[in-house]
Amino acid sequence: MTSLPGQGMRVALFATCFNDTMWPETPKAVVTVLERLGVTVEFPLDQTCCGQMFTNTGYAREALPLVERFADVFDGYDAVVAPSGSCVGSVRHQHATVARGCGQPALADQATTTARKVYEFSELLVDVLGVTDVGATFPHRVTYHPTCHSLRMLRVADKPLQLLREVRGIDLVDLPEAEECCGFGGTFAMKNADTSVAMGADKAQHVRETHAEVLVAGDNSCLAHIGGLLTRQRSGIRVMHLAEVLASTERDFAAENELGTAGDNPTNQPTDRPTEEEVTA
Amino acid sequence: MSGTFIGMPKFQTAAKEALGNSQQRRNLQHATGTIRRKRAGVVDELDNWDELRQAGAAIKDNVLSHLDTYLVQLEESLTQAGATVHWAADAEEANRIVTSLVRATGAEEVVKVKSMATQEIGLNEALEVAGINAWETDLAELIVQLGHDKPSHILVPAIHRNRAEIREIFLREMGQVGTPPPTGLTSNPRELAEAARVHLREKFLRAKVAISGANFAIAETGTLVVVESEGNGRMCLTLPETLISVVGIEKVLPTLEDLEVFMQLLPRSSTGERMNPYTSTWTGITPGDGPQDVHVVLLDNGRTDALADQVGRQALRCIRCSACLNVCPVYQRVGGHAYGSVYPGPIGAILNPQLRGTTSDVDQSLPYASSLCGACGDVCPVNIEIPELLVHLRTRVVDEHRGGIPSGEQIAMKGAAWMFSDHRRWEKAQKGAELSGRALGKKDTIGRLPGPLSAWSDARDAPTPPAESFRSWWKREKGDPR
Ligand code: SF4
Repeated sequence: MTSLPGQGMRVALFATCFNDTMWPETPKAVVTVLERLGVTVEFPLDQTCCGQMFTNTGYAREALPLVERFADVFDGYDAVVAPSGSCVGSVRHQHATVARGCGQPALADQATTTARKVYEFSELLVDVLGVTDVGATFPHRVTYHPTCHSLRMLRVADKPLQLLREVRGIDLVDLPEAEECCGFGGTFAMKNADTSVAMGADKAQHVRETHAEVLVAGDNSCLAHIGGLLTRQRSGIRVMHLAEVLASTERDFAAENELGTAGDNPTNQPTDRPTEEEVTA
Repeated sequence: MSGTFIGMPKFQTAAKEALGNSQQRRNLQHATGTIRRKRAGVVDELDNWDELRQAGAAIKDNVLSHLDTYLVQLEESLTQAGATVHWAADAEEANRIVTSLVRATGAEEVVKVKSMATQEIGLNEALEVAGINAWETDLAELIVQLGHDKPSHILVPAIHRNRAEIREIFLREMGQVGTPPPTGLTSNPRELAEAARVHLREKFLRAKVAISGANFAIAETGTLVVVESEGNGRMCLTLPETLISVVGIEKVLPTLEDLEVFMQLLPRSSTGERMNPYTSTWTGITPGDGPQDVHVVLLDNGRTDALADQVGRQALRCIRCSACLNVCPVYQRVGGHAYGSVYPGPIGAILNPQLRGTTSDVDQSLPYASSLCGACGDVCPVNIEIPELLVHLRTRVVDEHRGGIPSGEQIAMKGAAWMFSDHRRWEKAQKGAELSGRALGKKDTIGRLPGPLSAWSDARDAPTPPAESFRSWWKREKGDPR
């Protein structure tokens, strides 16, 4: 590659609070892919949470300071990327509404302006950088679940699939009833746990029908829900964020083959977790 | 409101029970799947579908913002055409008006056209108290009525029943209230329909009074419109001497031309047909033809409360097509009864709390009966932003509970918001997660969680936090150790 598609671009990473804490491998993978494409990634340390959980549970007043913080923190960047369809959906479609509902029209305008530059990961790659081949290798049987907010709030359509199709070695299979909700739904998963599990069980069933090794999506929260059912069922199917698949390269698998640990890594789990000895020491 | 649904438990409780009914779940999955595919087929063949939806929404929004004017115009047109107009503020008043109108004719029974408004006010029950039998003539409504059941779908109220169950209900109940089914009735749909036809024919020919709703009411002309599939509505609207129609005040349309838009939107969205088999229109009284005593009861019953909410009022655009039910993953699994209303599914979740207010357990729980997946909003023919309204109503429920003794959820939400409003507090909390991640070591998931978190872990493993957050990694790797 002579001139990289992201050369000269400065992009702020909004890791999202749950990825930051629970699934750090995902934002790390975003950094890996973007840097590979020549993008300069920045991580503003004063970011916290988009407030989606508050807004969607009815706590607009509690979400308000987070809307304000988001607009302030990400104001000065050309582009902001987040590896979560639902958080980007909340920024784009709810922040201004929350501000307006709390009687803050000026903040609503500011939130609208900021939101215009906020992209879900696959949007940034395909729409802004104009790439579908990010140089990834992932020699596994994979199926993709389009999460509701990327599909129906952001309308990312088949962008994630365009990216996955270019991955070397991948065996990409269609997921039956792919567009149906997995049943996570934020606090819905707790407030209506029975219905949520009934929906998730059907989704897990469809995933199993594909005989995929890995279920991929653009939201780790949905994946935690479906993955939680899949591991409870001892299905042997892993879940993985799209960014982590796209970050994988030939080298990861060459090393694996040498060590004979193929299938163990990469996964949705952190690789740098200390060993038991380290913890007990 | 409706007498049949009072004292419903909150959605979660009713849903849990419904989820255990595997026969019902299979019936629902099959039926909603079939309608969904049909709808998608006939919608996809129109390249101006989005424009039609926008036009439908615009017409309804115009009506809603000038409702006072259009209603007065409707009353004038109806009166001029020989109909008598009555105004009902609530269910009780509407029932009282209809009961006394029926009594005045001396009739002891009425035939009914399928109507959501009369279901909403619990008219059949009110008439029963007054000693008047109300016979439902829509096939699915008949099944529900004979089965002493409640409707579970707007368009197909007996959607939760399959053929075998319907056969049993017919054999057991039909003979007690009229013409019995032939002995040796099988569950063949043709035979079931024939049994219903014979049973209903006797009632049509005998009835002196019919009661209907209306899909649309045209202000300019005073024309009422009923859209149906079976023709049983047509029988009720033409044969009896007296016709009483209970019409929600949001059903008004300015002109007959507006029907052009809605007659494209409604059949495709509801039954998945390009056009429905029977559309009846009537304008007051036509001398020597059809009912000669025509009444229209214009019903508020909470609609002006919904209208007062600038955001919530778009729910009044609803044309009761039920497309949102058929695509809803929650409705498909739980069915209609858990919503505690004749309006189930996504539209029920946004309409009931507005029409009835948010004082009861079930109405407070309805806005939460959704994963916010957005499938409903995508199919709604009048572009109601159902997910946005759900969130709006959740906010209303939460705000109404502020100020008292705070609940566990309120405390948790306030605490979390406080933590997130300063990144240093957030970092401290993350450190705690890192510590527990280290303590849990190599385990990727946790099987059981304590206390309220067990709602998650009863069926799902939970992820363990990693030993290092992204933030800590970034500081370490990217040299920004603030
Ligand atoms: S809300 Fe929309 S989709 Fe649902 S019944 Fe009403 S018109 Fe149909």
